[in-house]
Amino acid sequence: MTEPIVQVKNLSMHFGQDSGFLKGPQRVVKAVDNVSLEVFEGETLGLVGESGCGKSTLGRSILQLYKPTAGSVHYRGTDLVQLEGKALRKMRNRFQMIYQDPYASLNPRMKVADIIGEPMYIHQLHPRSEIRAEVEKTLEMVGLAREFADRYPHEFSGGQRQRIGIARALAAQPDFIVADEPISALDVSIQAQIINLMRNLQSQLKLTYLFIAHDLAVVRHISDRMAVMYLGKVMELTDSNSIYEDPLHPYTQSLLSAIPIPDPEKEREREANRVLLEGEVPSPENPPKGCAFCTRCPRKQEVLKSKQIDCSTQAPQFTEAKPGHWTACHLYT
Amino acid sequence: MGDTLLEVEDLHVHFPTPDGVVKAVNGISYSLAKQEILAIVGESGSGKSVGVLSLLRLIPDRDCHLRGSVHFEGSDLLQLSDVEMRELRGNRIAMVFQDPMTSLNPVLRIGDQIQESIIEHQGISEKVAKNRAIELLELVGIPEAEKRYRHYPHQFSGGMRQRIMIAAGLACEPSILIADEPTTALDVTIQAQIIDLVKKLRREIGMSVIWITHDLGIVAGLADRVAVMYAGKIVEFAPVDELFKNPQHPYSKGLLNSLPRLDTRSEEPLEAIEGFPPNLIDYPTTCPFLERCSSRTEQCQTPPAQQALTPSHQVWCHHAVKV
Repeated sequence: MTEPIVQVKNLSMHFGQDSGFLKGPQRVVKAVDNVSLEVFEGETLGLVGESGCGKSTLGRSILQLYKPTAGSVHYRGTDLVQLEGKALRKMRNRFQMIYQDPYASLNPRMKVADIIGEPMYIHQLHPRSEIRAEVEKTLEMVGLAREFADRYPHEFSGGQRQRIGIARALAAQPDFIVADEPISALDVSIQAQIINLMRNLQSQLKLTYLFIAHDLAVVRHISDRMAVMYLGKVMELTDSNSIYEDPLHPYTQSLLSAIPIPDPEKEREREANRVLLEGEVPSPENPPKGCAFCTRCPRKQEVLKSKQIDCSTQAPQFTEAKPGHWTACHLYT
Repeated sequence: MGDTLLEVEDLHVHFPTPDGVVKAVNGISYSLAKQEILAIVGESGSGKSVGVLSLLRLIPDRDCHLRGSVHFEGSDLLQLSDVEMRELRGNRIAMVFQDPMTSLNPVLRIGDQIQESIIEHQGISEKVAKNRAIELLELVGIPEAEKRYRHYPHQFSGGMRQRIMIAAGLACEPSILIADEPTTALDVTIQAQIIDLVKKLRREIGMSVIWITHDLGIVAGLADRVAVMYAGKIVEFAPVDELFKNPQHPYSKGLLNSLPRLDTRSEEPLEAIEGFPPNLIDYPTTCPFLERCSSRTEQCQTPPAQQALTPSHQVWCHHAVKV
């Protein structure tokens, strides 16, 4: 966990920039805005936030599924943003993705053997004659029977399908995997199976994960470090224990207090101190001028009083408030 | 808790299909007291939604076989005529559905959708109904209610739409609000707002709530009593503290242990429940949880009967331990 495997610098992904003649006024959605972070070898970095905060877009633009509009993504020293066409395709087996919806992400007309075999074939990882055997090996790795290779996706349950999706990602022999909400479409009792599987595979194959989810409890369980996003920006980044025990950013604090804990006694205690956020997330088309969170922040007045800073006009810098604990809030500058 | 408001007895819901009869709900019984919040927990396919939809007979009679009885205000809901049923729905018992994006009519102003049931059930003039609708919008926390009354559903966010659904549900001051996963489609900060709202409404207007969910976290902070469903049966029924402190059914235990918790972090793997729920067409003659159960024995070949551990804590398992 010493070397960064992925280094993201000032990454922005703005949609709808090419407005031209007759296209009407320009409307830009800043889905990801000036994000910098590093993912270290062998770790799991959790990425959390509410829907629309840009966490999936960030994951996809790191993998160059979207071409970022600004910034760089270095994977083991190579800037992926600068790569194109064949050169990028050649590298793609090194970083793979696991998708959210196991029903939509598998081609219903392909057999499991073909779904898992395709990346091996495209990246020429094994001689053709050995692909079938490798597919069966991969199936066993994710806890499925060899015989399943000849079946179609509709013959499987959600949890089994997600295992197939994981097997497909593993087939390319990656060392970096972006998992975009891999368990949120599954039932609770099945979620635990998939989380355990992902953790086992990580230690077996020395994988590095970027784990995207909206469920903080799940992310805390699986991640070494966590990044909290809001409206296209990273608000806080630190190790998973500090996020829960010592959250600095007011958004992280209120997000944590909104998450129910399965323990009635604790819930009654927490209810008294619960910070209920008012209102909703502003539109990313028209984000607030200063801090992205200023429209809902319960501690805005505090900042104004103690620091004479108006959060609604001045955006905070993303700074290291404590060793290894980064946050973007005027309270800590 | 006061008097019993609703009494469900031995409810079965079976769907005939070309492949065989799907046994979605298989003999569930429970009661709901005044001002009580009852949570029904289960995974997809456990019959939790079908179980409440059938209380209101929202599944067309020709598509399903209903058996059992549902006593509410002196009548059996399963025996009422269509006309009588229509008078009751939305009036005495209201329902809020999971997806706020699809359960409002997109071409009607939200004000009209809220007052529709007031005009229909209480026969009051539109003018009075309008004032009532605006009051309701204020009650559920929609700012500028008078202006928003005239807006269409697409002009609201998901959380706001769910508030509107709740306002429409409350329009006739029902004695029971049935909420079917009302916050599943919403973000956690918005979910916290909706839960807060429902608790406030229970206190202020004294309604009872049946809240269906798969999220045990919500249950812990909201419910008075909990029914855990599996394969169309209730497997455990207990007051909320009791269920979390002393779960007795292996499935309830499994669910609680398989949840990663925000307030603790362990390096241990989660205790997953292996396997899958049984096929509801080829329904097992054994205990329905048998195949996934880690503490199964010979006894489990016969389906377990109800055991009352305490007067309020029931469990359907051969191995439950009396305290």
